Amino acid sequence: MSYDVNGTTVEHDEEGYITNLGDWTEDLANVIATAEEVDMNDEHWAVVNFLREYYEEYQIAPAVRVLIKSIKKSMGPEIGNNKYMYELFPYGPAKQACKIAGLPKPTGCV
Amino acid sequence: MSEDIKKFLYVNRKAPYGTIYALESLEVVLIGAAFDQDVSLAFLDDGVFQLTKGQDTKEIGVKNFSPTFRALGDYEVTKLFVERESLDERGLSADDLQDIVWEDEDDDYAEKPSIRIISRAEMADIMADQDVILSF
Repeated sequence: MSYDVNGTTVEHDEEGYITNLGDWTEDLANVIATAEEVDMNDEHWAVVNFLREYYEEYQIAPAVRVLIKSIKKSMGPEIGNNKYMYELFPYGPAKQACKIAGLPKPTGCV
Repeated sequence: MSEDIKKFLYVNRKAPYGTIYALESLEVVLIGAAFDQDVSLAFLDDGVFQLTKGQDTKEIGVKNFSPTFRALGDYEVTKLFVERESLDERGLSADDLQDIVWEDEDDDYAEKPSIRIISRAEMADIMADQDVILSF
């Protein structure tokens, strides 16, 4: 199973998470987002970029409540709340945003 | 609600690599943090090596998960008890350990240290005070 990004293929698992984290590019993120039916805007990108930075620093994808708490601190309560995050990523902010960010599924997600 | 909160202590006694115990313990802590309990971690025996700074796992081909300990504050896990005797016996001191802090939301996000170095006798008291102890 793989995504097609401008003619190159990027492997992913049965749930759509990419196999090799080093394969990630912004173009790939757009391809995954399209597959997930997410129309990427600045706020989506802010979440995706936050997740990538978090993973780089701590080597884990944060749990959803940690994500929301951190977004609330950095971008304010209008964006950093449960309802808004689920509007951005209807299938779960951590699960779906991590997939687009090219990270493994968050610890604790079944 | 407060009467439902139990004191959980995760006891870590093994070196970070070579067995899966250290990583599994950390994952259980991260998952268990969702349940709003009073969580502490204890590091003794070779478990104190889990918190050393400057870990590099390239040559052994496994992931270096030591940065993940610094994320514990985000999960409201803010008490990491390290046994002084175990450090001494291995020629380690506080300076060999990572700086791990948590942000206190009630104190303008001030960063406070999570690691507390305590004696073996104090560790015994902490263990006696728990509702649940999970040993790794």
